[in-house]
Amino acid sequence: MGTIEQPPGIPGVLIEPTDGRSSLEFDDIQHFLMSRPPARAARYEFLTFSSGSGGRAWLSGLIDKVGTAKAVGANVSAARWVTVGFTWNGLRALGLSDASLATFPEEFRQGMAARADILGITGTNDPNHWVGGLANANLHAIVILFARDVAERERCREEHKKHLKECAGVELLSTLDLEAIPPFDYAHEHFGYRDRLSQPVIEGTGVEPTPGSGPALKAGEFFLGYPDEEGPPASLPQPQALSRNGSYVAYLRMEEHVGAFRDFLQQHGKTPEEQEWVAAKLMGRWRSGAPLVLTPEKDDPELGADYSRNNDFNFATMDPHGYGCPLGSHIRRMNPRDTAANMNRRKMIRRGGTYGPELPEGAPDDGVERGIAAFVGCASLVRQFEFAMNVWANDPNFHELGNERDPIFGTQDGSYDLTIPKRPIRKKIRGIPAFTTIRGGAYFFLPGIKALHYLVNEGKGG
Amino acid sequence: MATSTLPKGESLKPQPVEAPTMADWTQPRAMAIPKEGYFQLQNGRYGAVYPRTPACHGFTIIAKIKPGREETIRAYGKTIENAIDDLPDALATLKLHYLRWVLFDIGKDTYFMYQGIFDTDFDKYTEDAVALFKSLGVNTVFENLEGFPEDWKTNAAAFVKFVREHQCPSFLEYGEYPYVTADEIKKALKLKAAFSNMLDLMQ
Repeated sequence: MGTIEQPPGIPGVLIEPTDGRSSLEFDDIQHFLMSRPPARAARYEFLTFSSGSGGRAWLSGLIDKVGTAKAVGANVSAARWVTVGFTWNGLRALGLSDASLATFPEEFRQGMAARADILGITGTNDPNHWVGGLANANLHAIVILFARDVAERERCREEHKKHLKECAGVELLSTLDLEAIPPFDYAHEHFGYRDRLSQPVIEGTGVEPTPGSGPALKAGEFFLGYPDEEGPPASLPQPQALSRNGSYVAYLRMEEHVGAFRDFLQQHGKTPEEQEWVAAKLMGRWRSGAPLVLTPEKDDPELGADYSRNNDFNFATMDPHGYGCPLGSHIRRMNPRDTAANMNRRKMIRRGGTYGPELPEGAPDDGVERGIAAFVGCASLVRQFEFAMNVWANDPNFHELGNERDPIFGTQDGSYDLTIPKRPIRKKIRGIPAFTTIRGGAYFFLPGIKALHYLVNEGKGG
Repeated sequence: MATSTLPKGESLKPQPVEAPTMADWTQPRAMAIPKEGYFQLQNGRYGAVYPRTPACHGFTIIAKIKPGREETIRAYGKTIENAIDDLPDALATLKLHYLRWVLFDIGKDTYFMYQGIFDTDFDKYTEDAVALFKSLGVNTVFENLEGFPEDWKTNAAAFVKFVREHQCPSFLEYGEYPYVTADEIKKALKLKAAFSNMLDLMQ
């Protein structure tokens, strides 16, 4: 998660291998989870279909705009990148047969709002408080637009508005505009943490994992129809023409309470150095991105910005007791590395960006909503995304901690703690406040291009 | 390492002793559990969440065995014993305290009971177990039970469903040292060993 903008030279930009060894269908897979284009603005549009034929007409007119992994990888001068996804209700509204609808996994059929308590999305995060109509059963589709700049986004907004006007029976439920926040030379979010330091790499994409990121993972962990880390694909939604090259994404609109976060740092650190230390212990990295495992005592911004080193560490042998990186810190929960089982079955690809204006350092909280609106991409929501939320983010007894949740991302109500291992005696911060609130979320299926055509044609006879 | 992570001005005073909590191991605890196996329905990823009790998380799965499979099932006992002898950490990911496997007859039928006491939640235990059996390349003893899904290796959800359907929740659980995890017990025993070594060295 983090800003939208992608500084040049960061590993992760897709280059399709030219040796023909890859079995991935780059011309059919949507680019979204494959590559990260250099966008500084974005817009998410949430749609509902009151008419199946209207929805199909709308989709039919949009397919050519959807960026494939092949097109996005090849065209470095593009100015906008379009992705489209559907909820299960949306697939039904488009006219997909009941037989096919029944083959989608239970968690996707239910949708995120129905499973909020499983995810720990409770209290002030509860779907009853969500905005933008995302908890409603008539949320059917999302169009994700990433644009090189705000002007290009505005141009595309107008273009899509015209297209919507031509398609009766397709209405906007809500929209969200996103923009990168300054400084623009590195990816970071509103709390000031450098972002995108640890992302899985997919076998056959030509992207090399950064040191410490582990080997590239089988494509089936993220795209349906390919072998995954345990073998050939199984239990795919039917027909294959619909599921092949598709992925699931979990969308989360997460408000960041920057004022509360800064107050907390001031409350627990007397000097700016102490405050940085507290911020680092919550995350497991200094805000520069430098990992506490590698530099536990002082920040090292050069290390934080160096992709050949900033992810090159483990926990089990390099920091088993958490003296550097606390056992309950954010990065230790969301990517336990060598301290959890079956890690290759739990990896997720994150996309998204920041929304809302930056809150300048020293300015009082202005009450304006700001945060991260992000997507977690995977092949199994229950095994990958829901596991991370349920066990890693919100299990109070993670690593035998007893009464803690992810201090940044977990569901907090002031009743959980954070233990900071320290010699001679640990420091325990009691009553961690909520620095974030989930304001909306949904599960979408991102079909491959052929599957989009299938959806356009499928409902016609019905 | 990290002795100087202490911010300046931080007091070195020990923190006050913590008040007893639900997780206080010095107070033996019993918990009576409603028939459903939980107090209030709270959903987990694959179904109702069973509470953590003074005796930790656990399974009691009871299922009828396929006719003629008794000896096959008994042979698994030796298989697991040998596997653990060879690779003591083989089951570490399951965070187990104890396993108890029992065969018993009701009328002409034979039933298998799998009781496990562990520290992860029910759904995670099952998922981890499926992954573990597959990675070890072993078939599971469950294949000898009636109604067990043949495609369990590729269908974790079906495995979980079988386990949930055959789970018999406890109506009472007791812990003499309640809510203590296996890792905490091992840590305490290591600490004790370290202290006795230290005392030996001081003689």
